[in-house]
Amino acid sequence: MKKSEWTEKAKKLTEKFPERKKEFVTGSGEPVNSLYTPEDMGEVPSSRYEEKIGFPGEYPYTRGVQHSMYRGKMWTMRQYAGFGDAEESNQRYRYLLNSGQTGLSVAFDLPTQIGYDSDDPKCKGEVGKVGVAIDSLKDMEILFKDIPLDKVSTSMTINAPAAVLLAMYIVNAEKHGVKRSDLTGTIQNDILKEYVARGTYIFPPTPSMKLITDIFEFCSKEIPKWNTISISGYHIREAGSTAAQEVGFTLADGIAYVDAAIKTGLNVDDFAPRLSFFFNSHNDLLEEVAKFRAARRLWANIMKERFKAKDVKSLMLRFHTQTGGSTLTAQQSDNNIVRVAVQTLAAVLGGTQSLHTNSRDEAMALPTEQSVTIALRTQQIIADESGVTNTADPLAGSYFVEALTDKMEAEAKAYIKKIDDMGGVVKAIEAGYIQKEIQNSAYAYQQGIETKDRIVVGVNKYTMEEKKHGELLKVNPEVEKKQVQRLKTVKTERSQKDVEAKLQDIKKTARDGGNLMYPIMDAVKAYATIGEICGVLREVFGEYREKVVI
Amino acid sequence: MSGKIRVLIAKPGLDGHDRGAKVVARALRDAGFEVIYTGLRRTPQEIARMAVEEDVNVVGLSLLSGAHKELFPAVIAELKKAGLNDVIVFGGGVIPEEDIPFLKKSGLGAVFTPGTSLQTVIDFVKNNVKPR
Repeated sequence: MKKSEWTEKAKKLTEKFPERKKEFVTGSGEPVNSLYTPEDMGEVPSSRYEEKIGFPGEYPYTRGVQHSMYRGKMWTMRQYAGFGDAEESNQRYRYLLNSGQTGLSVAFDLPTQIGYDSDDPKCKGEVGKVGVAIDSLKDMEILFKDIPLDKVSTSMTINAPAAVLLAMYIVNAEKHGVKRSDLTGTIQNDILKEYVARGTYIFPPTPSMKLITDIFEFCSKEIPKWNTISISGYHIREAGSTAAQEVGFTLADGIAYVDAAIKTGLNVDDFAPRLSFFFNSHNDLLEEVAKFRAARRLWANIMKERFKAKDVKSLMLRFHTQTGGSTLTAQQSDNNIVRVAVQTLAAVLGGTQSLHTNSRDEAMALPTEQSVTIALRTQQIIADESGVTNTADPLAGSYFVEALTDKMEAEAKAYIKKIDDMGGVVKAIEAGYIQKEIQNSAYAYQQGIETKDRIVVGVNKYTMEEKKHGELLKVNPEVEKKQVQRLKTVKTERSQKDVEAKLQDIKKTARDGGNLMYPIMDAVKAYATIGEICGVLREVFGEYREKVVI
Repeated sequence: MSGKIRVLIAKPGLDGHDRGAKVVARALRDAGFEVIYTGLRRTPQEIARMAVEEDVNVVGLSLLSGAHKELFPAVIAELKKAGLNDVIVFGGGVIPEEDIPFLKKSGLGAVFTPGTSLQTVIDFVKNNVKPR
């Protein structure tokens, strides 16, 4: 039977027995056909394989960045965690490590992320609520108590003041006898997405890019095993973008960072091997797998053709994934365990290097110990029981997945071209283009829920009266007071003269030029606070003013 | 002819999550209200000032950072200080059910938690707010 015959026959049957919907689409609205065959993969499959699909660990890395993938090493199980003060968070980190997670991931509170001390009047009510409060090196020392930093890699979700937290991390590690060249980990350090999706910016784009490229240079010399940036699509997707926009806007951000670094005189192969990425794992499993594969192929192509990178490591898109927080429901919250399991499968079938799984209660609060344990077990069950780790990229060759991968790559490429034509990401942000695109997708997504074209089980279908849900985590309301007190103590115990001098050094470097990491390291050693350091930088760099796009 | 209802959608505090605020703002605009969105990182004082400047009938506060028990009452206090005693205030975001009675006592007319439909928010404004 030929495909055309099948299609005719299927059409006649559909007239007699209609399908459930007029149109079937992916989670991001891409039309899905009733059938995919080799024809959907382009020309003759066997020659196409070499060029488009390739081998795991080989250009264009569609099938994964390592030859052995999970046969060699499981992805890092890295639960994003932090709340209250450093003692409480340290406890949670040690619990998670003892429960089998294989890497640390630090969540900081909003004052820390935005470069304010816990006693700043702007921070009333915010201290320790969405992550751990870190004001000075003192807090960092407590945060990592009894954690072997030569054995555990740490990811820190910190952006605008990333240089400060990185400095604190290094200084603390060295105080405990760990050589900086042995340190492994990541800082998110991705300011561009802050302006359009996450909102914890401090300074305007130009000085922010300088801080980022200073970190690239510093790390290539001082901490070669460190991932200097986690170029993120997760938040762009959470802000409401489609999957193709997630890839397109993230890789466009990546291009901007590579451009900026090269402009400072760095050779692409000096820093590109230590760039990393961070994607969302959303509901539509097959679309997400296609997304990850397309992202790898597209980035490899960009690094090779556009930036002429020679080191193969510069071509490899390595990424961390988080399951989509915005898909979680407050209604019938145990259902979220199932959602996260599907999203975990998507990330693993998509070849992620590292994974955070959300907990069932996170539509309402930070996770309880019980809830985060289930989230971690989800990863462990898929790793050890499901069999999907036995071979690399098991869905390769699926007509649907390959067709979707191609489509995703083409759409993402089109977004990158559009942004290039505008003069790059910074210009696109100034024009409000990226914000508008994300917002339009977000609005369409919600409208779909309102009309029930998009089903959310427990919310617009299968709703029910619920008993009161279980215990939620409550951040200790005394944390703010404790941090304010600790700040006072730190300030009395340190040399104020020393701190003033070190802050002036930062100011001078920010104004006159030079790598800011070095004076920031010195200030951190003297127990200067994050508010003081960022305060000085605010004086020189100014503050970003949001372009309100609605 | 009575005037249109004017709505201020505000983001108090440091929280950077604006997807919900923008979607609600747009839905209210499509429903026929005049909507102004404050953008991120507004202090309670700034929100009250904008409410006065824009002569709004209703203020919607969006917050997902857990600071609602401090910031929502602070906004209401600033609105009262500015003489806006007839302005209806509603809130939304990540707010535990158990905090809602406290917020209502502080003066919030409604709190819209995760899963709330846009129609619910539109209906609340329609049914509770009179244009001046």
